[in-house]
Amino acid sequence: MHKALKVVCVLFLLITIIGGLLVPVPRLAILHETIRNLFFHVPMWFAMIAVLMASLYFSFRFLSKNDMELDIRAEEYARVGVVFGVLGLLTGSLWAKFTWGAWWTNDVKLNGAAATMLVYFSYFLLRNSIDDEQKRARISAVYSIFAFALMTVFIFILPRLTDSLHPGNGGNPAFAKYDLDNTMRLIFYPSVIGWVLLAFWIGDLRVRLRRIQNQIEHTHS
Amino acid sequence: MKEIKYLILKEISLEWKTKYAFNGLLLYVISTIFVCFLSFKQIIDPPTWNALFWIIMLFASVNAIAKSFLTENRGRLLYYYTLTSAEAVIVSKTIYNVLLLLVLSLINLLFYSIFIGNFIQDLPMFITGMLLGCMGFASIMTLISAIASKAGGNSTLMAILSFPILIPLLITIIRFTKNAMDGLDWSVNYKFLVILIALNMLTVALSYLLFPYLWRE
Repeated sequence: MHKALKVVCVLFLLITIIGGLLVPVPRLAILHETIRNLFFHVPMWFAMIAVLMASLYFSFRFLSKNDMELDIRAEEYARVGVVFGVLGLLTGSLWAKFTWGAWWTNDVKLNGAAATMLVYFSYFLLRNSIDDEQKRARISAVYSIFAFALMTVFIFILPRLTDSLHPGNGGNPAFAKYDLDNTMRLIFYPSVIGWVLLAFWIGDLRVRLRRIQNQIEHTHS
Repeated sequence: MKEIKYLILKEISLEWKTKYAFNGLLLYVISTIFVCFLSFKQIIDPPTWNALFWIIMLFASVNAIAKSFLTENRGRLLYYYTLTSAEAVIVSKTIYNVLLLLVLSLINLLFYSIFIGNFIQDLPMFITGMLLGCMGFASIMTLISAIASKAGGNSTLMAILSFPILIPLLITIIRFTKNAMDGLDWSVNYKFLVILIALNMLTVALSYLLFPYLWRE
């Protein structure tokens, strides 16, 4: 990844962590100080979606080109996506405990998010069950495209149509409209960019690691 | 188009000759319902009734569609490869599975009503929901069955791969049929109806586009 982007990433994440925990935030009923989680929970999901879309893109390109490099990229970005998704679920669960009173609720968006994680876990299970490299790449690319398209429907479309405790769905105003004052916006936008860049950075490092591992394997065998 | 019609007829006639898979599914459904009857005796709570109905439907469909690709042997698949286009194979298998699941769901409903009671107030809406649900199940699981067959032919793998994708569909279906059971007006269900129809179209389109990549050996 480009050096400038790495610097930006680190800078923005420092702003997020230091600023996010120290700036004055508007006091809202129920939320109080926990609104600071906005700088962590929401960007995690943005990062997950960005990285999973990258994985999808590489899956598409693999199907048309059959280049194993593209498959490595698809897999590693999916891996990072899963990590960020799990982090998103954990931060959300923590937030839920303090605002809604329970670690998990029967909410469509939460169910959709959990189902997405399950889908990608199955994706990795599928990858592990096929030995032949080319076949593995092709079949998991097909599954990843299929699963992603359906997941898009379920995470984005379904929650908007049903009742929900989640801000932004089911008649609740989203955070951006009413509650973000300028100080928070000053931290929120950099945090989104910072976390997304971090996700791509980690993915990129893993891709390079994989490439080296593959090369070592090929020279030994 | 003709290819698809002939392939469907082939599947149906093959099944009709032995009725092996169909009888197996019938037995599976009836036994499950009987076990539920023995454990619950009688369900008076509509949401439970609805949820249980769809759980039985879910497991029966996974069993039904697992056989779709997983029991075809290589020689036959190679034969199809030389004769027909990949799209025709997947569309014909999907349509056959839809028909199979429809019959299965009607039988399920029949025996369920006999043993455990019937709370449905708006039957046409319920049947519509069942129809769309079966189409959704069939289209998603046919492609997953194709994927699983390439990955070693393990039916457990197929179940694992399909459950997460089916969960949101199941939630929508259960909501839709619950509203049908309560006898609510069609307007309440419009949004679910739209979702179900859109989902079906999406999965069929995706299967159509993606299957040729799986087909190549």
